[in-house]
Amino acid sequence: MDFALTEEQTLIFDMAKSFGEEHIAPFAQDWEKQGTIPKDLWPKLAELGFGGLYVSEAYGGSGLSRLDATLVFEALSMSCPAVGSFLSIHNMCGGMIDKFGSEDTKQKWLPDLCSMEKVFSYCLTEPGSGSDAAALKTRAVRNNEGYVVNGTKAFISGGSYSDAYVTMVRTGDDGPKGISTVVVEDGATGLSFGALEKKMGWLAQPTSQVQFDDCFVPAENLIGEEGKGFSYAMAGLDGGRLNISAGALGGAQAALDATVAYMSERKAFGKPINQFQALQFRLAEFETKLQSARTFLRQAAWKLDNNAPDATKFCAMAKLMVTDNAFEVANGCLQLHGGYGYLADYGIEKIVRDLRVHQILEGTNEIMRLIVSRQMISDV
Amino acid sequence: MTGILTEEQSLIQKTARDFARDRVAPGALTREAAGRIEDALIREMAELGFLGMTVPEDQGGIGADYVSYALALMEIAAGDGAVSTMMSVHNAPFCAILSRFASDAQQERWLTPAAAGAFIGAFALTEPHTGSDAAAITCSATRTDTGYVLNGSKQFITSAQIAGGVIAFAVTDHNAGKKGISAFYIEPGTPGFSVGAPEKKLGQKASDTCTLSFDNLEVPAFNRIGEEGQGLAIALSSLETGRIGIASQSVGMAQAALDAAVAYAQDRVAFGKPIAQHQAVAFRLADMDMQVEAARQLVLSAARLKDSGAPCLREASIAKLFASQMAERVVSDAIQTLGGYGYLADFPVEKIYRDVRVCQIYEGTSDVQRINISRALLAGRS
Repeated sequence: MDFALTEEQTLIFDMAKSFGEEHIAPFAQDWEKQGTIPKDLWPKLAELGFGGLYVSEAYGGSGLSRLDATLVFEALSMSCPAVGSFLSIHNMCGGMIDKFGSEDTKQKWLPDLCSMEKVFSYCLTEPGSGSDAAALKTRAVRNNEGYVVNGTKAFISGGSYSDAYVTMVRTGDDGPKGISTVVVEDGATGLSFGALEKKMGWLAQPTSQVQFDDCFVPAENLIGEEGKGFSYAMAGLDGGRLNISAGALGGAQAALDATVAYMSERKAFGKPINQFQALQFRLAEFETKLQSARTFLRQAAWKLDNNAPDATKFCAMAKLMVTDNAFEVANGCLQLHGGYGYLADYGIEKIVRDLRVHQILEGTNEIMRLIVSRQMISDV
Repeated sequence: MTGILTEEQSLIQKTARDFARDRVAPGALTREAAGRIEDALIREMAELGFLGMTVPEDQGGIGADYVSYALALMEIAAGDGAVSTMMSVHNAPFCAILSRFASDAQQERWLTPAAAGAFIGAFALTEPHTGSDAAAITCSATRTDTGYVLNGSKQFITSAQIAGGVIAFAVTDHNAGKKGISAFYIEPGTPGFSVGAPEKKLGQKASDTCTLSFDNLEVPAFNRIGEEGQGLAIALSSLETGRIGIASQSVGMAQAALDAAVAYAQDRVAFGKPIAQHQAVAFRLADMDMQVEAARQLVLSAARLKDSGAPCLREASIAKLFASQMAERVVSDAIQTLGGYGYLADFPVEKIYRDVRVCQIYEGTSDVQRINISRALLAGRS
């Protein structure tokens, strides 16, 4: 049993962290105000191999493990969780196409995905179905040339911004077995977008409804087989949850680092506030929460990399624990900054706003409990 | 709970509830976007007596008790946390200090119109480098023939932009430590008085928060409140009521979030039934209700003590610490109940979460409450 990162893994982490410090952190507050991320950021990230982290090298990907990917997202999110997480969603799409697509499908999409000439979004949730994703209603009817899609997807990260949407649609009966996965390209006839959502955080990434009104999708845009879309979507989420966790961890770590620095400078009652025992103990608790979260996250990633039978359960537990711990730490860091923590200029309140959604999306933490308990009960 | 309130308390609660529902809540998002509380709303609050609640009638207020004040603040906060902050600071510390420490002539000039809501008051104690450690302020007041000259700056001042009067604290004797601080009444617009740009904050955006700068600001001797050196005692005198105020706001905002979560859980369907029918969701709602009720009782209990004339700093600190922490948990649970919709600005809980977060910070951070509570506890046992 070896808990250390390899030399290569350390390099990957450091590379992502430096990239973030140079190309993301200085602009994160501006991008929040603008409500968008400049598109020229993506090819720069792709040059580092971050556009198709676990896509096979044959299609332009980096062929890295899930564990490696968590390092990238943790490191990038230290600069901005919203940007790091946006890249995670793109990579989740890449992973699904690489794992389940036919040879033609992979040739068609993956090179542009890996170079990030095309940015991908993932569309599962609908206005009336979030946690209960298998109840989705967006329907795709097959005709000679392909599919005619009708319906609405909600809370889509990159809605109106991305170049392609990996979309779960109903091609068959009610229930999970009637769902298929298609790629809808920006500009497709009948594809439109709702107004940008006003959110608590993740403000840099545009979020909107994606609407399909007799939207035509060529037959070749089907990923894998009809009727298997729900299992593809769920498989994508195992790794996605690791990344969302890693993003929360990076954000919380940045908040904690800033707080430790602040506490050595801020004085009250005649001494730096890091000299008060109650506050020192709080720091120790925060450090313990983040380090235990990190260890558990990497174990879950290792399980997914090794196709362990309990990988799904571990990914769900990791998401529950890491995102809860990370939010708690970020929020505690806001408190340790006192009134300044509440002000936008100090950056801590942004991290708190950003991390709150990590407990909600890619399966709420209630759904994580559902996955874990169901697995436990079925194992009896 | 209504059964144990007096007729007057029930009436004030109902008036505040109706007003909050009809006039405060509907404009909350617009108010937040504009970054200010509209004058018309302030005038309506004045007419209903919400801006001089505990000030005696002969000083221009409505002479209500603190239980009524707490109940009213809860309702206003349920409508819009930012409006409740303006109301809270204006009533206590601002009016409460004038009511207790100002001379008759000062009261006539400042308190009577303030309690009638003719203008809004601000309280300026905190400075950029010192918040929790209030005795360490450095803003100075130097004696002149006609009064004082103030120099220094104040930080995180609620209602700084809209204030028609400011109670500020400055050091009059650098060698006297805690006894070297005095309180002054400043009229905005006086030469040397300037207000910084509004701070960008996580929440409570309609309630403006700014720095104040005093640059050779001349204050007539008439404007000193209380004796020289009495300033810190004056500042601290309002802590009990200030904390009851913040605790009340916390309860009100938490109640509003709970109400939204209950309504949503009964409406939203997942896995074939309303999510309120899923046990984990229902149990979470039960825990939220329990916490809000426990906090409400702590606040009303502290307010009753205050009304009885007994000291209640310990009880007010406990109520503030418990209620503000409770409120963040409950509102966060409300967000979680609403799922993705909870994270969107169009649904009320997202704003409530951002608004309520500061209740653990202003009017003494949670850690300052722990200092007060533990000191009282240890002094009693030693």
